[in-house]
Amino acid sequence: MTMQAASTEIASRTAAIIHEMKGLEGPLLPILHGIQEEFGHVPQASLPVIAEALNISNAEVHGVVTFYHDYRSHPAGRHVLKVCQAEACQSMGSDAVAAKLQQLLGIGFHETTRDGSVTLEPVYCLGLCACAPSAMLDGQVIGRLDDEKLEEIVAEARS
Amino acid sequence: MIPRIYIPGDSGALALGAEKVAKAIASELAERGIEAKIVRNGSRGAYFLEPMVEVATAKGRVAYGPVKPSDVKSLFDSGFLTGGHHKRWLGAPDKIPFLAKQTRLTFARCGINDPLSLDAYKSLGGLKGLQNAVAMAPADVVKQVTESGLRGRGGAGFPTGIKWKTVLDATADKKYIVCNADEGDSATFADRMIMEGDPFVLIEGMAIAGVATGATKGFVYIRSEYPHAVAMMNRAVEVARKAGVLGLNVLGSPNAFDMEIRVGAGAYVCGEETSLLNSLEGKRGVVRAKPPLPAIQGLFGKPTVINNVISLASVPIIMDKGAAFYKDFGMGRSRGTIPIQIAGNVKNGGLFEAAFGMTLGEIVDDIGGGTATGRPVKAVQVGGPLGAYFPRALFNTPFDYEAFAAKDGLIGHAGITVFDDTADMLKQARFAMEFCAIESCGKCTPCRIGSTRGVETIDKIAGGIEPEKNIALVTDLCNTMKFGSLCALGGFTPYPVMSALTHFRDDFKPAPVAEAAE
Repeated sequence: MTMQAASTEIASRTAAIIHEMKGLEGPLLPILHGIQEEFGHVPQASLPVIAEALNISNAEVHGVVTFYHDYRSHPAGRHVLKVCQAEACQSMGSDAVAAKLQQLLGIGFHETTRDGSVTLEPVYCLGLCACAPSAMLDGQVIGRLDDEKLEEIVAEARS
Repeated sequence: MIPRIYIPGDSGALALGAEKVAKAIASELAERGIEAKIVRNGSRGAYFLEPMVEVATAKGRVAYGPVKPSDVKSLFDSGFLTGGHHKRWLGAPDKIPFLAKQTRLTFARCGINDPLSLDAYKSLGGLKGLQNAVAMAPADVVKQVTESGLRGRGGAGFPTGIKWKTVLDATADKKYIVCNADEGDSATFADRMIMEGDPFVLIEGMAIAGVATGATKGFVYIRSEYPHAVAMMNRAVEVARKAGVLGLNVLGSPNAFDMEIRVGAGAYVCGEETSLLNSLEGKRGVVRAKPPLPAIQGLFGKPTVINNVISLASVPIIMDKGAAFYKDFGMGRSRGTIPIQIAGNVKNGGLFEAAFGMTLGEIVDDIGGGTATGRPVKAVQVGGPLGAYFPRALFNTPFDYEAFAAKDGLIGHAGITVFDDTADMLKQARFAMEFCAIESCGKCTPCRIGSTRGVETIDKIAGGIEPEKNIALVTDLCNTMKFGSLCALGGFTPYPVMSALTHFRDDFKPAPVAEAAE
């Protein structure tokens, strides 16, 4: 597919999502969530389509997309592993958990393994503070992490 | 009677393996040819006992926990379907000391039944508050809430009734109820638990707020880190709509009220009410200057009640049992109950709802049972990332808004993180600044720049570079952030930093040089 064709395709899929959400009050965040779900990230080519449809400037859309940690400019790995690094998990050794995961996966935070299987991210609280340290693999929550569980998570994510 | 087995579907229980336990129980039932109904309830909040499985017997519920998948076979062998003894046997759930010692008003139903069963909700007193509210004049509903003494449970402690009155008195073509479910503070999970375990109580609270103020539309803004809560609330709203709890005629009354669930996008600062409103409007989640107050010009410029989940979820019991009933609990100007969340390095972690007034020491030592590691408690952080670190010397502080303020702390959303003696308080102070730098919305200078300079200066202290001078500099910086920031993010980051500096000064001394030790 040529670049132009790719961007036309993104535009039409973006337009479909906008069409679905445009009636909401304050539709921009729901639209961006929808786009990220559709493409795995928020493609640059989507932004002018949103701006046009909502009658706001490209700069405004760009400003919103870049403000929020959740919106990605590039696709993540097949799995996203979020490891809590907030205080309650710190008190139970989340530093060591992060170090161990980085070692097992061979990547740092905000990086994706070379085989594209896992993206590792810090998260500041999953609300599992009485089950610390905790993590979330895609939507699956895991508490009281220990070495054994970490190895299981990595094996599952890599598979 | 077909046996009923309750296995929590709450995130905390799932994180501890509840799904595997449920699967093991289902396959054991199939293998043994036993017919039983598995109910996925919420959590009662005793996370040290999760996954806690309950069985309904002729003599009432019997609990077992923490149950591992490997326990399931032997549970059946011990006759757990009729309450038989087993090493995981806990007896009647409401007699478990951690639960028996609580005063459950807001969380009265949480974790007992299927969260999506409106019949179960009603059977335990649900919807009585809303029924009373629709039969009253709006001003009288507001008066009840004001008289109950309920204060904002999100952290600021502002009287809920006064906020409602401002919105009631405002004239506009549209008014909104916004529920702040952006529970980003570490050590807090009360909002998550109620949304996953008793979503109707929040819906009922919001509908009452709508009836009381003339607002017809509600939004619940839930953080994206809570996918289970988002799913549960969406399903509960559907159920409530079908049953006429929400819609054009709330419980058959002339009041219209409907609501929508919205999902955040990973910005901590959106827990601040004005930045949350901007986010809902589809803007960058930057903080707005006040005035105008959201109660006058809030969402889309309309009068808006913005309340925390627990504030709203506490309203139904007030409207059911009356202001005097609720006000009877608590101390001083802190009335009613507060769901204290005991977290971090603690033996008995979980949610403990109690009247205001327990001391920090009672909570940490008696209820929490000390640290999980068995080492001495060094510090507890109360109120999340913007809350102060308390040393053992301040453990006699009663849980009360004013008492905590008097000790240069705050109760915030009532989360408590326990740290053992291996904690490095300089590192914790540095993290507070770092977190503020990551999450700052960037609108005001003290927060945006102060936090980054704070990290650098604390690093200098850690490196032994002019420590006294740099401690003085951090102190001065904290003063600027505290009084110069637009919202609580920059304004309260000094609490953890200064409390670490004040109470744990030894951790800020340069590391002893190896030769000097010999």
